[in-house]
Amino acid sequence: MRRLVIALIVLLAVVHQDFWWRYDHRTLVLGFLPVSLAYHIGVSVAACLLWGLACRHCWPAGLDEPEELASSAEPPYGRGGH
Amino acid sequence: MPPGQTQLLIIVGYLAALILLGLVSNRYFRGTAIDYFIASRGLGPVLLVLSVFGTTMTAFAIQGSSGEAWASGVGVYGKMASWSGIVHAMCFFLVGVRLWAFGKRYGYQTQIQFFRDRFESSGLGLVLFPALVLLQMPYIIIGIIGAGNMIQAATVGAFPQFFSSSSPTAHGAIPFWLGTLVSTGVVWLYVSLGGARATAWANALQTLIFLVVGVVTFAAVADRLGGFARAAQTVQEYNPTKLTRGVSDEHRRVYERKLAAYEAAKSANPRPAALKPHRPKEMTELEFLSYGTIPLSVAMFPHLFQLWLTARSAKTFRLTVTLHPVLIMLIWAPCVVIGVWATSAMVDGRPVIPADFGNPNAVLGLMVRMLADPVVSGFLAAGVLAAILGGMDAQFLCLGSMFTHDIVDHYVAHGRLTDHQRLLTGRTFVVLVVAASWVLTLLLKEAKPIFGLAIWCFSGFASLFPLVFGALYWKRMSKWGAYASVLAGIGTGVYLYLRAGQAAGFAGRVEPLVAGVVPAVPMVAAATVALIIVSLLTRAPSSATVEKFFRKNAHAR
Repeated sequence: MRRLVIALIVLLAVVHQDFWWRYDHRTLVLGFLPVSLAYHIGVSVAACLLWGLACRHCWPAGLDEPEELASSAEPPYGRGGH
Repeated sequence: MPPGQTQLLIIVGYLAALILLGLVSNRYFRGTAIDYFIASRGLGPVLLVLSVFGTTMTAFAIQGSSGEAWASGVGVYGKMASWSGIVHAMCFFLVGVRLWAFGKRYGYQTQIQFFRDRFESSGLGLVLFPALVLLQMPYIIIGIIGAGNMIQAATVGAFPQFFSSSSPTAHGAIPFWLGTLVSTGVVWLYVSLGGARATAWANALQTLIFLVVGVVTFAAVADRLGGFARAAQTVQEYNPTKLTRGVSDEHRRVYERKLAAYEAAKSANPRPAALKPHRPKEMTELEFLSYGTIPLSVAMFPHLFQLWLTARSAKTFRLTVTLHPVLIMLIWAPCVVIGVWATSAMVDGRPVIPADFGNPNAVLGLMVRMLADPVVSGFLAAGVLAAILGGMDAQFLCLGSMFTHDIVDHYVAHGRLTDHQRLLTGRTFVVLVVAASWVLTLLLKEAKPIFGLAIWCFSGFASLFPLVFGALYWKRMSKWGAYASVLAGIGTGVYLYLRAGQAAGFAGRVEPLVAGVVPAVPMVAAATVALIIVSLLTRAPSSATVEKFFRKNAHAR
């Protein structure tokens, strides 16, 4: 599933280049939306769905740590500063 | 009620709501530096998604999107909004969540703290700090200019006895200096009262405001133009290329026919009741594709980094990653459609936008003026102000944090500032940043190059993407690779800007395309190549650093 989600996100970036509507000014979706714009609204919705799937199936493990392992409130001076 | 006063009341109501939010958030303020700068890392998912979106979207999302659609057609949605939906979410997922995890684990509050540690280099901050501040300042100044202009335009005629002017677009209006002073003053007040928590709350409110404003304006404009279908059909008839990215022979024939009709009408009457068609303008596929690099900039916005750190947990990010593309769509799509309709809009037999009009940013304002409804105008002004101030507050707070942690604490106090001293220093620097920004705005108000420069600043942030991505995912990336990447990316941008500026003149808008692509493409390419080559040629990071940042689940342990 993880690979499928990644592949679909890459595919979405590829099909973002919708050259096939390049000269079509006649088609109006819902009677008022230019087809190229309607398509890209669809791209936005698809991005929402795919990133939602990515959060579900590709979320990096172990990001949330128990509170006791988290840092103190003190910001670091940093090793680079010594 | 005199013209402009309804709009002023709505604007004042909105600013009062921001102050109220600041006062309420102050009741939750814990009096510590970490609470002031990053809200004690306690924000939940809904607040995070609304505040990240409010911070990411600038006034360009409302005014600029309509103006660009009016000038270039519907392609502007694909090249800016839908690309941003894909790429912003990717940056949040691949960069934001991991930086949050390292921030929580090691206590980082600024980007430079992370990069200093990751690359074992104190000096890297001396390169990054000026780069980040200089890339950020034009946005702050343009934001303040936008706020002042919007308040002035919305309140024309409100107080002719106090603010008389020879200009009909300023007579009786709240003057620029006062509008900017009040708006930046309100931002300073709520940032000072509640710090990052107030900023997040205000951004959430602002997001809701400009989402509602976009939809309300869209419906009202459509109604005035005879309905959604009628408005679109008029564009098909007069300016079909505004509905496409390409220009066909048929489109050229339509243009020539409509232009001839307009010229004939103009010869009979100097102010003809006819619409002048826009000259067909092609958007190349290469240009359209290259815009995908611009949204990489969000990975390196310092104020967004600080906002990421406010998240309560890594899972808090999930809603932001998922909903961000649709939120962009909800604000951009109505504004782009209004801009396209504006190219061919006629009301009472006259064009809404005059022929040869040269200010795209004013298109939305003219479309709303056509409605002759002061309430809608007032809400639009409040919506644009919300978009502007939503980014500005986070930028003020972030610059205050950077001055405190990366300069004063690191170089002056050598890491020995107490929590109270950090809080005091941060608040002092926020005041200084706000005051300096306001004074610079008054000085640079008429300096046109600053507007052209802003386009390049996005590319500058995008050119820093390889730095943060390499730092997180390539353990072999070295300190010198980091230096080389920053200098190559920014250096390429400066070179291209100066070259384009010399050719076109710096007073106007410096052409943002380089060999048919946005400047971010060569800048990101140069930064990436320099990063890889120099990292491979120089000493790898120490095993302790690799262990710290790259062992399995290092971001968590």
